[in-house]
Amino acid sequence: MNHEVIRCEGLCVELGGAAVLRDLSFSVDEGEFLAVVGPNGGGKTTLLRVLLGLQKPSSGSVSVFGAQPGNSPGRTGYVPQRLFFDRDFPLGVMDAVLMGRIALKTPFQRYSKADREAAGEALRTVGLSSLANRRIGALSGGELQRTLIARALAGKPELLLLDEPTASVDPEMKTTIYDLLDRLRKSMTILLVTHDTGTVSRFVSRVLCLNCGMVQREAPSSRPDGQAIEQAYPYKVDLLVHHADRGRKPTSKS
Amino acid sequence: MVTDLFAYEFLRNAVFASLLASIACGIIGSYVVVNKIGFISGGIAHTAFGGIGLGYYLGINPLFGVIPFSLFAAVAIGLLSRKARVAEDTAIGAFWAVGMAAGVILIGLTPGYAPNLFSYLFGNILTVPADDLRMIFILDLCIAALTWLFSKEFLAISFDEEYAEVSGVKTTLFYLLLLCLIALTVVILMRVVGIVLVIALLTIPAAIARLFSRSLGAMMLLATILSALFSLAGLWISYQLDLASGAAIIVLAGSVFLLVHMARFVIASVRGR
Repeated sequence: MNHEVIRCEGLCVELGGAAVLRDLSFSVDEGEFLAVVGPNGGGKTTLLRVLLGLQKPSSGSVSVFGAQPGNSPGRTGYVPQRLFFDRDFPLGVMDAVLMGRIALKTPFQRYSKADREAAGEALRTVGLSSLANRRIGALSGGELQRTLIARALAGKPELLLLDEPTASVDPEMKTTIYDLLDRLRKSMTILLVTHDTGTVSRFVSRVLCLNCGMVQREAPSSRPDGQAIEQAYPYKVDLLVHHADRGRKPTSKS
Repeated sequence: MVTDLFAYEFLRNAVFASLLASIACGIIGSYVVVNKIGFISGGIAHTAFGGIGLGYYLGINPLFGVIPFSLFAAVAIGLLSRKARVAEDTAIGAFWAVGMAAGVILIGLTPGYAPNLFSYLFGNILTVPADDLRMIFILDLCIAALTWLFSKEFLAISFDEEYAEVSGVKTTLFYLLLLCLIALTVVILMRVVGIVLVIALLTIPAAIARLFSRSLGAMMLLATILSALFSLAGLWISYQLDLASGAAIIVLAGSVFLLVHMARFVIASVRGR
């Protein structure tokens, strides 16, 4: 039995008057490992923000675990792209990972022994147990990325959302992170945003290509059709072409 | 000074006030530094001058005018910059000047001469009466208790606000609460170093402490100790050399801050060779 974890129907997002996402419909079932690919500025991060409840859709409907996005923080783990944080922030790796438990606590509660154990387990999963007491500003790019994954895992999420987890790491670390996600997919649904279409294809169950309409606009003669994409990618592809020029739906405001 | 300490009540009060103010200063100063909201704190402090004017006008202890006024300033600046899409520095600047202007007008409307206005602007720790000492103690307790209760929320919004929001933390609410705690700290520090100099005591001890701390808790403890050292040493210098106490504290703190950074620079460049 496959439960639906995410469902988007006719999702449109406008930022500052410009349409970033248009008429996007897709769903993700429990246990899937979905990669969202697309060009820079194609709305990948915006889609994640919508799924997290940080960005309201202009129109259309979105549900995560059958509810409004952002209403089930305890079931969703989030790994941001690159944390713009102060390298001088006085914080240890363990304390950073512990923050992944905050969704499960009420304001007056303090982190308990169980929280520390869950954070320790998350650090073991990403292979960073030895750095638990390291100051977070002293981590390398790959270590920081794995710390952020551990923070998301500490809350034992059912759905893991990652924004470009391999954007700022070396190729070896990239493989390490994908191997890690490959192990995690057995216990949770994973949605990954990336522009790295090469490596990701070996691991994911499905690829969702966002905003191919932008490419279309630049070179209308070389418009990708479903067949061409399927030939280019040796796995199942959901082709979501945004009909930017044709305005297929006169009801959608633009 | 040590023998004088036992001889004069005003000196004892000054020492107690320094120590109590250092607690608030270490805790809240650490949040101010890691969140980089020094100028919001400055804005709240200067707006609080309106509260002093209000206190004079109503003929009550100016501290009772300052507390509501600075809390209002904290919430208003926070809400304006978060919700009303007013640039944060615009909101700070407007409140900063309007608060001071309101204070000047209210004091002008009050008949007679406002005797220790200067001490609110630049602090005079030697004139802290026992009543104010009790109030500082109660405010300290409030600040410490609320920080202890909500330490994980404050840490979460300070380190990664977006993640905190995604995790279901009411980030705006806790941000406003943090600004209110800053406002209460301003009220405490106003007695020690005055409105104009508050911003230095909120930032300098915590900024030095951050260089040597591995956690926010350690930073708060170290900042509290540094703040107490600066206050007491500054008080001693001002007593010996007959200088304004608030200014002596700030100049001392600023000099140590400069020295620490120069030492770090020298050490780093020697190592780098």
